[in-house]
Amino acid sequence: MCQTVICCRVTPLQKAQVVQLVKKYKQAVTLAIGDGANDVSMIKVAHIGVGISGQEGMQAVLSSDFSFAQFRYLQRLLLVHGRWSYIRMCKFLGYFFYKNFTFTLVQFWYAFFCGFSAQTVYEDWFITFYNMVYTALPVLGMCLFDQDVNDRWSLYHPQLYAPGQKNQYFNKKAFVNCVMHSCYSSLILFFIPWASMHDTVRDDGKEIADYQSFALLAQTCLLIVVYTQLCLDTYYWTAVNHFFVWGSMVAYFSITLTMCSNGMFYMFTSSFPFIGTTRNSLNQPNVWLTIFLTFLLCILPVVAFRFIFIQLRPTINDKVRYKMRTEELPVPAPRRLRRRHSTRSGYAFSHSQGYGDLVTSRKFLMKRSTKRAPLFTQTDSSIFQNQPQHYRTIAEEAEESQGHSP
Amino acid sequence: MMASSYNAKEEDGHHSGASSGTGLSKNKKPDNTAFKQQRLPAWQPILTAGSVLPAFFVIGLIFIPIGIGLYVTSNNIKEFEIDYTGVSSDSPCYNCAKNFTWNTTEPCVCTVNFTLLQPFESNVFMYYGLSNFYQNHRRYVKSRDDRQLNGDLSALTDPSKECEPYRKSGDVSIAPCGAIANSLFNDTLVLYYVDSNNSKIEVPLVKKGIAWWTDKHVKFRNPAGNSNLTLAFRDTAKPVNWAKPVYELDPSDPDNNGFINEDFIVWMRTAALPTFRKLYRIIQKKSGTTPTLPNGNYMLNITYNYPVLSFDGRKRMILSTISWMGGKNPFLGIAYITVGSICFFLGVVLLIIHHKYDNRNTSADIPS
Repeated sequence: MCQTVICCRVTPLQKAQVVQLVKKYKQAVTLAIGDGANDVSMIKVAHIGVGISGQEGMQAVLSSDFSFAQFRYLQRLLLVHGRWSYIRMCKFLGYFFYKNFTFTLVQFWYAFFCGFSAQTVYEDWFITFYNMVYTALPVLGMCLFDQDVNDRWSLYHPQLYAPGQKNQYFNKKAFVNCVMHSCYSSLILFFIPWASMHDTVRDDGKEIADYQSFALLAQTCLLIVVYTQLCLDTYYWTAVNHFFVWGSMVAYFSITLTMCSNGMFYMFTSSFPFIGTTRNSLNQPNVWLTIFLTFLLCILPVVAFRFIFIQLRPTINDKVRYKMRTEELPVPAPRRLRRRHSTRSGYAFSHSQGYGDLVTSRKFLMKRSTKRAPLFTQTDSSIFQNQPQHYRTIAEEAEESQGHSP
Repeated sequence: MMASSYNAKEEDGHHSGASSGTGLSKNKKPDNTAFKQQRLPAWQPILTAGSVLPAFFVIGLIFIPIGIGLYVTSNNIKEFEIDYTGVSSDSPCYNCAKNFTWNTTEPCVCTVNFTLLQPFESNVFMYYGLSNFYQNHRRYVKSRDDRQLNGDLSALTDPSKECEPYRKSGDVSIAPCGAIANSLFNDTLVLYYVDSNNSKIEVPLVKKGIAWWTDKHVKFRNPAGNSNLTLAFRDTAKPVNWAKPVYELDPSDPDNNGFINEDFIVWMRTAALPTFRKLYRIIQKKSGTTPTLPNGNYMLNITYNYPVLSFDGRKRMILSTISWMGGKNPFLGIAYITVGSICFFLGVVLLIIHHKYDNRNTSADIPS
């Protein structure tokens, strides 16, 4: 069955109807690209509308989601920027759910030990600052700058686009994985400090298993684990990422030290009751050994799992990233400069087998159909046979003497 | 089908040429800076065998000795614990526990005899421990006024609303207010050594130096203005369940009286878990090679003032030595040894997996 359908001499309404047909019956994500005012309805109907600004005015651009100047930029839009956006969004979602579930589930485990009285296991200020200050900028850095593969490699291997089409990076299964990971992390983050502080004292015999020291220990463990998880998720470390992550960690320790200082206590006595806690608990080797143990117990399984998956079932992404490190990208063939008039108007196209019969099923055409001789005698398209494609408009044939588009 | 890559800088003159008919054409091209074109120099780490496997082995090799050190240290700490709640009828404090009323004027004293099999060296710390006592209940934790405890005069006579219902006694404010202060632990424990002649020698117990320095000198202050604490607290009432007011906690030592009484400070530092211990007294080490607590028979005299049976709690007395990792807690040692071994074993497993499957990564071509 044909995989590509070309509709020509169609009205704007019919263009929109073709897109709607695919949306309705195939439940696919559709993209429509056009440059003229007659493409506006089609652009609006599609999930993603792309307008080309140029000779036919700005109508298409004004009604589109994305716009650029030349049709060939579509390749970059999809394979580079679209792919990166999808990856960043999925990483962001996965990480955001993870850090908040972990944070909340630790409180849940503590409920069993505080008489279910809703006593928080963290300090109140920490709860306020957790999402706003401590973990805000690092996530922002990851979502703005992360790239798994750089743009040239993305264009060289368009197969990397497939996971986005199949919705592989954030679906129900990924969400369940995230929740299970959070459960495991929260169990470690509560029960290791619990067991380590149970009936323990400082090295001079004084108290360390009090509520304030325990809260400080639990929150420090949580933050270090959450930062390290972000470090594992970030694949592209620019200077900005470094600044955000290490800066946030430094900010946590400075803010906590400030809030436990004498000065803040004298100024706002009721608001900062944790006076002296950092000085008395963070100088204990006991506490740092607990933090180190918790951090490793949470992170090492993640590293082991990822390594095993890379070894046993490497995805295309893993292979390309590995190739990127070891090989050089082959030099691209020089593109021949051509001057051509853009006489084509917008067109709807589909990308995989099965749409042909839908579009030619005449579900939207009026009943006036004339018999005409089949234009193509071939039944199998050359995509099927994995041969290079030749795309040309009728107008170009006159310009070129020979050659083919690569 | 392979999309060919191209040089983005080509054909850029085409666009401005097309729209130059309008005259002054603004170039809408974004800047070709590394930041805006997302080409910032970056470190791109990937998980290779060369980084992951050595990490696992190194962690395994570091953790096991640390774990062994922790475990040995914990085992060398000497600890002795005795439960004196008086639950069963053959325990010495059974009568005191059974006959407890809030109105007793005559304190009930019970005596527990025990034997230390090993001498305790260096400083020995005496703790009282409580079980099933939820000092971490939210209503309980909030029930205090830190400004009053810091010596603020306005808060002394007008404490915070959080202290309810232990805020006022009749019309007079309670100092110190709140449920935490009201439930102050008030058993008195005295330790005697019984030597071979059956004569009792009292073991000297030090009651200062048991609270955090920051608590004693910064967080808790007596109300200013009057060195005579009875006058300083004249407009306040004692907490409901206390036998004596706060300025009589330790009349012999003005540095340990009032809010800065160290037993009070230790109690006000609420515990995180329902089973906890708090430092009660310190037994200083003796000079020379004499052990602080030689092995032998001991007698513990308890003035039983604190009722715990109504909520199924337990009281105990603990004698313990201390090391650089604190009290006796074998958990960290065992955990480190376990994690170290698992890490090492996992490193071996990953090495085997890597050996068997590594060719996939390098030689397999990327399918189109």
